[in-house]
Amino acid sequence: MNLTSQLPILPVILPMIAAPIAVMLPKGRLPWAWATLVSWVAFAAALALLAHVAQEQVVEYDMGGWASPLGIVYRIDIIGAIGMALVAGMAAVVMPYAKESVLKEVGADQSPAFYSLFLVAFCGLVGVVATGDAFNVFVFLEISSLSTYALVAMGARADRRALTAAFTYLVLGTIGATFFVIGLGLLYQATGTLNMMDLHERLAGQDNRVVRAGFAFIVTGLGLKLAMFPLHKWLPDAYTFAPSAVTAFLASTATKVAVFVMLRFMFTVFGFTFAFMDVAFTLFIILGLVGMFAASLIAVFREDVKQMLAFSSVAQVGYMLVGISFATNAGVAAAVVHVFNHALMKAALFMAVGAVFYTMGSHRLPAFKGLGKRMPFTAGCFVIAGLSLIGVPFTAGFISKYLLIEAAFDATLPVPSLLIVMLIVASSLLAVAYIGRVAYEMFLADPPPDAPKVAVPYSMLVPMGVMTAANIYFGLDAEGLTALAREGASVLMGTSLAVSEFASMMGGAQ
Amino acid sequence: MCGSPMIEFILARYNYWIVIILMMAGLYIVFSRGNLIKTIVGLNLFQTSVFIFYITVSKVAGGTAPILISTKADKSYGDDKAPHGADQGGDHGGDHSTDQVADAPADHAAPLSAQDAAAFINGDAANGLEANVPGAAMDPNPADMPSGSLHDMAGVADGNSLLTPTDGGERPAPDLAPAQVDPAEGAASGTDYGAEYAADYPQAASDILYSNPLPHVLILTAIVVGVATTAVGLAIAVRIREAYGTVEEDALEQADNEAEFGPVPGAAL
Repeated sequence: MNLTSQLPILPVILPMIAAPIAVMLPKGRLPWAWATLVSWVAFAAALALLAHVAQEQVVEYDMGGWASPLGIVYRIDIIGAIGMALVAGMAAVVMPYAKESVLKEVGADQSPAFYSLFLVAFCGLVGVVATGDAFNVFVFLEISSLSTYALVAMGARADRRALTAAFTYLVLGTIGATFFVIGLGLLYQATGTLNMMDLHERLAGQDNRVVRAGFAFIVTGLGLKLAMFPLHKWLPDAYTFAPSAVTAFLASTATKVAVFVMLRFMFTVFGFTFAFMDVAFTLFIILGLVGMFAASLIAVFREDVKQMLAFSSVAQVGYMLVGISFATNAGVAAAVVHVFNHALMKAALFMAVGAVFYTMGSHRLPAFKGLGKRMPFTAGCFVIAGLSLIGVPFTAGFISKYLLIEAAFDATLPVPSLLIVMLIVASSLLAVAYIGRVAYEMFLADPPPDAPKVAVPYSMLVPMGVMTAANIYFGLDAEGLTALAREGASVLMGTSLAVSEFASMMGGAQ
Repeated sequence: MCGSPMIEFILARYNYWIVIILMMAGLYIVFSRGNLIKTIVGLNLFQTSVFIFYITVSKVAGGTAPILISTKADKSYGDDKAPHGADQGGDHGGDHSTDQVADAPADHAAPLSAQDAAAFINGDAANGLEANVPGAAMDPNPADMPSGSLHDMAGVADGNSLLTPTDGGERPAPDLAPAQVDPAEGAASGTDYGAEYAADYPQAASDILYSNPLPHVLILTAIVVGVATTAVGLAIAVRIREAYGTVEEDALEQADNEAEFGPVPGAAL
């Protein structure tokens, strides 16, 4: 029982064990220090796991020694390992940032509860990506969601609308999760198993109404969780009114994790033998494109910068859905890279907004007036991350959009590839509009004379700088990540292709 | 029993209708009611429908617990696989009944006539032999399952999944509740002894309604999640009431609009 064999479970189990301890710690700094330590250790474990998985391609871990398909198995492929490292990395970066920000926005008296909830959410998000058991996905989704509702509601000290936002999030999130469970029940009825690989083997060639209904329920439920365009109602308010650290963490992980689950269900569980998949892919491409434009357009007219960025998140989910809908190696790889890069840019942007909120007590546009003179570092980070969001060369955002466009040209699609590429580029121009509005206020407007002179603590500036630097680093040196994502995509698609070929050889049913 | 097969089809699946009605009523309440507490009530109703759905799925007519003595396990986890094979068979049958509407003549609640049951058990015994000899329990592929017997059983199972016990006749009779469990088990054992034994107790065989424990476990988890959701939702509703003085959505929206566009009130409560 060496440590390597236990790696897959460590990023999940560490925060799970640490959370109840955090709630018992005395109020003040200690819960923060504890949660930071745990998140760093978990991040180290996730990185070690990523290195391990990159060699092995797939790592399986049987919970309690019960072999799959009977026991719950953690099945981590390359894409899953990227997801786990992403979530753990975001937690590790947001934690130092949270210290002062949370002290100001939530208060010291709630710090044990806050960091405990944060760790629970962290545990749930990592678990969703790690597990290879379909029902386990639901459990972890709800672990992360329930703690997230409470975390969002903790923004109530700064703005009471956080409460209504959390309530809406709770209602819609629960409906999404329940849809997911209904879908799982139908799949269980059709197959008698919940293990993802096992489900895939048994679903191969099955195309009846039970499976179709199950598929539709699961896609809709996950669509709610990942804020697919018409189902995004909960997201903007929740992100706007949550404490800054929570927004930075959630915006970079929560919807992303749902994308990973969607990838797993689309390509690992259902594979390509399922005729109904085409309907979903067509739906994804339409909703993705509409979402890109509709949400970006709304973002352009927002006065609240945090809300603007939240709507932009909905738009960015559209790019990921378009990537998935290509159903090619390149498309999935582009979606995964975009998930990763978007996490980097949104974390940096929301951290910058949090820093402005820290000094000005507001995240509306007027608070950004003259920021270039007052807080040059924060303004610089915001602009660089904003450029990355637009997709300017030498930033991370350029790489993922480039990959997406490349994938669009290679894919065989119901609509001409050129049209999709033009739409992707055109929607990026909308990002220029809303980032430009903020940049205008920051650099060309005069600072308000009564601007409070509050220095932003280094514990907030350094994580922000790290995220911004990551945006540039992954824009210059994207080879490693891209290659890993491509390999991950081929592993993800490979399993389904291998099994479906096998099934068609055996049965020839479909 | 009733005249029209359509009515019979609808009545025989009354549990599914309960699920659908509860689900739709719950969702309707969630979307139509402005009161936050009522929204949570609707959410609960919606979740309850899923619980009932899972419990419906778990009921298996003529099934038994897949307890295996690993005498012929050829792999290290051979006996782990076998219960899945059992599930597989049962669910395959369940699908048949869903697809082939006209083939479900038996009322869900009505016990089978002795003749029917005996025929069904004997048929199953024959198929059980087929199923057992090549070790079909180890095979996850649905195409290998003996669809004939499952098809017959589907009429009895009436839309529910059902379990075929898959182990051979070497197994000793269980100590507990032998009258309830033995016939089907014997039938599936594929030995002459089993078939005769089963024929002696046709009534008992038709009465067996086995509860697959797994969906119960799943739904227990989902209930815990549901309770937690309700608790968090109510807690947030309490905080909303403290902050706004109301739990009506319209009033909340109005308060927010006033705060946004009208005279700005003091700090948030």
